[in-house]
Amino acid sequence: MTTSLADVASSNVALRNFLHGLPGVDRVGADQRAAMLGTRSIKTTAKAWAVDLAIRMVDLTTLEGADTPGKVRAMCAKAVRPDPSDPSVPKVAAVCVYPDLVAQAVGALGGSGVKVASVATAFPSGRSSLDVKVAETAFAVSAGADEIDMVIDRGAFLSGDYLKVFEEIAAVKAACGEAHLKVILETGELATYDNVRRASWLAMLAGGDFVKTSTGKVQPAATLPVTLVMLEAVRDFLSATGRKVGVKPAGGIRTTKDAIKMLVLVNETVGEGWLDPDWFRLGASSVLNDLLMQRQKLATGRYAGPDYFTLD
Amino acid sequence: MSEAETVRLAVRKTYKLYIGGAFPRSESGRSYVVTSSGGDFLANASRASRKDARDAVSAARKAFPGWWGATPYNRGQILYRVAEMLEGRRAQFVAELADAGVRKARDAGRVVDAAVDRLVWYAGWSDKIAAVAGSTNPVAGPYFNVSSPEPTGVVAVVAPDDPLLGLVSVIAPVIVTGNTCVVVASERAPLPSITLAEVLATSDLPGGVVNVLTGSVAEIAPWLAAHMDVNAVDLTGVADGDLAVACEEAAAENLKRVLRPSASAGTDWFADPGTRRLTAFLETKTVWHPNGV
Repeated sequence: MTTSLADVASSNVALRNFLHGLPGVDRVGADQRAAMLGTRSIKTTAKAWAVDLAIRMVDLTTLEGADTPGKVRAMCAKAVRPDPSDPSVPKVAAVCVYPDLVAQAVGALGGSGVKVASVATAFPSGRSSLDVKVAETAFAVSAGADEIDMVIDRGAFLSGDYLKVFEEIAAVKAACGEAHLKVILETGELATYDNVRRASWLAMLAGGDFVKTSTGKVQPAATLPVTLVMLEAVRDFLSATGRKVGVKPAGGIRTTKDAIKMLVLVNETVGEGWLDPDWFRLGASSVLNDLLMQRQKLATGRYAGPDYFTLD
Repeated sequence: MSEAETVRLAVRKTYKLYIGGAFPRSESGRSYVVTSSGGDFLANASRASRKDARDAVSAARKAFPGWWGATPYNRGQILYRVAEMLEGRRAQFVAELADAGVRKARDAGRVVDAAVDRLVWYAGWSDKIAAVAGSTNPVAGPYFNVSSPEPTGVVAVVAPDDPLLGLVSVIAPVIVTGNTCVVVASERAPLPSITLAEVLATSDLPGGVVNVLTGSVAEIAPWLAAHMDVNAVDLTGVADGDLAVACEEAAAENLKRVLRPSASAGTDWFADPGTRRLTAFLETKTVWHPNGV
């Protein structure tokens, strides 16, 4: 496996042989391990620490056709100061918007330290020509995006045309320049855990800085077992190549409990090195309010209500 | 052989909580022993924790827009349906009330009848309360000025120790106007409240409109009184004066409406209730509409 990493992408056959040579995922085992880790009890000071870490990992996301510059500005304000009544709440990691709204987000966030991420490459379906995808990426980067969230061509992946997917990722990575590239696998459409592992390796081999589960437009999105499989791939990739890749589960993470389960999974699979916003992100928007409510509950001793936090 | 035919294992009911239209056990896994007034074992009831209370509030909040959005006529129909279902289970309630300490079957029957009548009475109020609690106001200006009552929101109700009639008399006025509620049942006699929950669950009442918790009032009530997503508390069943004061203080944090009838009065649940409990959990919305422009 390690001998051929340099030239696995020399042809579709070589790539196919490599990806299909990866050990299969024990589906029942992965489900069971994720479920078992999900039962860990994280309370009091550990919970307070986890809640703050989870807030720092959030990619606050709005990806709707109805997004307006005003909504993006409001979201950016929330990203910098999630709870206006409590300055001790940390900033989130990034905001994630469509390419045409990147400039708005950059203007609103200027110098705050919160990064701007943009989806690109015909999000969410990925159904367009390579030229269009590269051009969209370049547009987002020139508008000031720090991070690009691209989607892979699931049609090509599922039909076995791995080289096409590889070359697209590599081309988009080249167009990113300094910007970090997150590769969205859309695991809800990949059907099997084996495919998730193969797609993760494919994305990492092609140069992705992050692997991301989903667009948030397809169900199921970021389930625990899928995240576990991706974390294992990232761990194996590090030991095979020495390059560290981040992971971002996105979609379907709504409660603090979901977020903390993810953190437990990270700690138990890849270790503390990934318990950092540079290496692990939570793509979500509604989870932030729940994290803030839990934080307030820990601080005040009474249950918080959603009326006291902004909607988006 | 004939002996084997006559012996049958008893099938006992598990008394669980009623949250969001489902009957879960307590999240804490705890239960407590419920005895008859004579001290005999009756059943194990779930002992709800603060997390069950939190889940119940979430369920009530989720149910609120739909229940408020339903027409008053429809809410009245559903309350009437609850009365019908309660009537159909008359014998079961008579037996449970007898266990809970209502001595004679005739008395227990009178309690069930009164509870059914109470539901029907409140059901009738659903589309009439706006006419009583609302008004058109004369104002000095070219405006049409209207005040109309709207439900307060999620109401936490600590039910009195009267296991059926008292319980129905505190739930019905809260929900008929469009509020949803979390009810902490009588600690001493919680079993009829869960049976009532079975009635509610089969009466077209949307899940989450009424949520029933059984367990320690002293343990659950303060969490509900302090919960920022609860809009009102009814402390009728809080017997301990210090606890009631603590709950009132906690409720002040987000300006909850508080109903705390004076303990000395000793409520007669058979008496005509009047509209006090209906109006206690209503907010008045006043609209100024330009006239003749």
